[in-house]
Amino acid sequence: MTETFYEVMRRQGITRRSFIKYCSLTATALGLGPTFIPKIAHAMETKPRIPILWLHGLECTCCSESFIRSAHPLAKDVILSMVSLDYDDTIMAAAGHQAEAIVEETIEKYSGNYILAVEGNPPLNQDGMSCIIGGKPFLDQLTHAAEHCKAIISWGSCASYGCVQAAAPNPTQATPVHKVIHNKPIIKVPGCPPIAEVMTAVVTYILTFERMPELDRQGRPKMFYSQRIHDKCYRRPHFDAGQFVESWDDDAARKGYCLYKMGCKGPTTYNACSTIRWNEGTSFPIQAGHGCIGCSEDGFWDKGSWYARLTDIPQFGVEANADKVGATAAAVVGTATVAHIAASAVKRAMQKGDQES
Amino acid sequence: MSIIKTPNGYNLDSSGRRVVVDPVTRIEGHMRCEVNVDDNNIIRNAVSSGTMWRGLEVILKGRDPRDAWAFVERICGVCTGCHALTSVRAVEDALGIKIPPNAHLIREIMAKTLQVHDHVVHFYHLHALDWVNPVNALKADPKATSQLQQMVSPAHPMSSPGYFRDIQTRIRKFVESGQLGPFKNGYWDNPAYKLPPEADLMAVAHYLEALDLQKDFVKVHTVFGGKNPHPNYLVGGVPCAINMDGDMSAGAPLNMERLNFVKARIDEMVAFCYNVLIPDVLAIASFYKNWLYGGGLGAYSVMDYGAYPKVNYDKSTDQLPGGVILNGNWNEVFPVDPRDPEQVQEFVAHSWYSYPDEKLGLHPWDGVTEPNFKLGPNFKGTKTNIQAVDEAAKYSWIKAPRWRGHAVEVGPLSRYTLAYVQGVDYVKNQVDTSVAAFNQLAGTELGAKSILQSTIGRTLARALEAQYCADMMVDDWTELMSNIKNGDTTTANMEKWDPNTWPKEAKGVGTVAAPRGALGHWIKIKDGRIENYQCVVPTTWNGSPRDPAGNIGAFEASLMNTPMERPDEPVEILRSLHSFDPCLACSTHVMSEDGQELVRVKVR
Repeated sequence: MTETFYEVMRRQGITRRSFIKYCSLTATALGLGPTFIPKIAHAMETKPRIPILWLHGLECTCCSESFIRSAHPLAKDVILSMVSLDYDDTIMAAAGHQAEAIVEETIEKYSGNYILAVEGNPPLNQDGMSCIIGGKPFLDQLTHAAEHCKAIISWGSCASYGCVQAAAPNPTQATPVHKVIHNKPIIKVPGCPPIAEVMTAVVTYILTFERMPELDRQGRPKMFYSQRIHDKCYRRPHFDAGQFVESWDDDAARKGYCLYKMGCKGPTTYNACSTIRWNEGTSFPIQAGHGCIGCSEDGFWDKGSWYARLTDIPQFGVEANADKVGATAAAVVGTATVAHIAASAVKRAMQKGDQES
Repeated sequence: MSIIKTPNGYNLDSSGRRVVVDPVTRIEGHMRCEVNVDDNNIIRNAVSSGTMWRGLEVILKGRDPRDAWAFVERICGVCTGCHALTSVRAVEDALGIKIPPNAHLIREIMAKTLQVHDHVVHFYHLHALDWVNPVNALKADPKATSQLQQMVSPAHPMSSPGYFRDIQTRIRKFVESGQLGPFKNGYWDNPAYKLPPEADLMAVAHYLEALDLQKDFVKVHTVFGGKNPHPNYLVGGVPCAINMDGDMSAGAPLNMERLNFVKARIDEMVAFCYNVLIPDVLAIASFYKNWLYGGGLGAYSVMDYGAYPKVNYDKSTDQLPGGVILNGNWNEVFPVDPRDPEQVQEFVAHSWYSYPDEKLGLHPWDGVTEPNFKLGPNFKGTKTNIQAVDEAAKYSWIKAPRWRGHAVEVGPLSRYTLAYVQGVDYVKNQVDTSVAAFNQLAGTELGAKSILQSTIGRTLARALEAQYCADMMVDDWTELMSNIKNGDTTTANMEKWDPNTWPKEAKGVGTVAAPRGALGHWIKIKDGRIENYQCVVPTTWNGSPRDPAGNIGAFEASLMNTPMERPDEPVEILRSLHSFDPCLACSTHVMSEDGQELVRVKVR
């Protein structure tokens, strides 16, 4: 008998009142208004725990590590009460044959109704044998599990784009999931790794609304990937004022000025780091003093040094979405950034004037 | 069937039944293990095989050395940051960059935070299920569990009968739901599990407590490095500038609030190690007093480069001193020099790579990594569906590093053996106290050597190291504050940031006490770019296949002569392998550019 999420919570001694409070927190975490609370509550009351097969290809396990950092909801609540994480070789008790049997059982029992979460990607060189699971290429396990799933979540930049092992010259021909699986809905949640609460929010959204979140043209959830780090960065006013860090640990670095000149990729990176921030909102890379390295962007490893200044930022208002920028970017040749910086320089000049007067 | 005698003292007999475990789960990455058991189900031959590689070192060639830390950091997201730290050290060593004291202390705090985090997550979430049976916890009396908790750790506040009853209820409902999630298909009726239900329930409670707390530990990385996993590093220092007072302090990376926040997390780590981790490991170990298997090379043939200097760049002040001990002779410690071409060498006779002469080993600065995926004449199955490997030939994506030709174990137990025999007071006190506590709980009279040289010893040393690192962090934090108070707020040395200041050619090495053991990166820089980059990582040492002389590595040695309750249920194999905390993405990331020329499959 599969229990609903609500039943599980009630049976754990959680009161109806606490349950509604939980739904309200979930709504807040997802950036939804109070009108969604009853909707979430209803969803939680009526749904069984959805099985998840979480497969690992070529990766570094940072996505799993990030996932267990989630503070709202807590990873333990996701695993014990929201989903049924039937296969995840990083934490599962069973090994070898007993582990492999779980994949088959889930496929048989929940065909078309389980979610396939993929961390990492399949390498295609060496007949796929540079990533071996159960004596066979990981690609076999991936395609087999994908065939019967309801939808796929591509966790992180490995599954979404290839990430570090696919950086030039991509020696193993590491290949993102969407290039080997073509007939299933795929949600990409890029980042190296993605933010913990973004990962659990994507899962919670799917469970709550029984549908995929709205995706952009690249397949990323718009709710977390439609704005650039730069758009909501707390140091943005310094960019606009032409106040930049010029060298590590200089006076400007100590004042928290803009890291653009130190190579920050915030202006071209779509992610929620500057809004949701990391590790329960503790900080994010720019706040800690290092520029964004653009880890949620396709092929970021091969887009120049972390410390090379961006020269082609298309300038858009914060309301512009990824699609719009992407569509226009091709037509823009560097001039936009120059204009953007020029504007900042003018502002700086004006500010200097103010100070001197 | 003949018995093969290895130079390092093992008799390998592959005549008995072959048992295959693939995938080995609850590790980082992908690995396979095959053993032969005799008629009494005792392991008489062990074969460990790394089953993935990624090729990062080749990817690094030609790139900016200042960027390397981020690439190699992605070798592993579990021991996140330790490769980045090793990388910036290697680059700084090559270019002669000395980092400021504050940067050193911040890096130390980050490295030790990782130790505590990684060791805690390893024990509770990767290793515990080899000792703890969560299903058996349902039989526990919450009141008796509360008494047990208060006995083993009086200081831990979460110890009431009601607390354990709630946990038990939650587990019961979870089990009754029929959806067992990660606990599905576990070996819960295997007699290899020895804990009474109350100890199982206590451990399950701490499994959940640790899961909640570990996310807070890593916030130290978030403050200094902006995120975790994969915080940011910087060649020449740290990117988090200090601004304690006056203009714009609130927007600065580090100010009083941020440093207080770090101190609060350090205090949480100290408390958890003292009140939960150490008591748990000792309590669980005492119930397994008759299961002192799994020693292998542990506390017997060991190596570490040394770590945690009180004075940066002065190895003589290492709080965990390095060295090599061979063949159980605790009276002699050999010095280690990662630059000496005769000491650390990697072999590939049984690895899926080729060398011009596979009888010889190569020092990492001269390392060659050319893939050669070839199965031996006696393997079973097909090339893409392996039933059994042929260990007489090549059988792993892991190379075989050796110290002057000797197979050695690395990791917390190796560091603790070296620190213990070299008379580090803190470590001596910890080990002696733990041995006494173990003997008292178990009613035994065992010496340090016999407890340490086991799977339990490996697990105990890891917990003790977490505690030591937590305590050392308090010192580091205090010293950092003292420096700042004395007017030093420098966090980066930018004298050689510009590649125009670099020599035409340079080479360097960086070492770190990674959670899983001795980690070294070797770099060669030419014309401002990476010419060669090699990593020799802990699991390469421990998980290595045989070398040309026939020595078996630490994983294989640890499994030898261990009895199995039920060969089809690999509890004992998992228990000993997990005691190393294997990290396969670390060990098997090497690859040559020749990989591009291999067969390519068409991708739509």
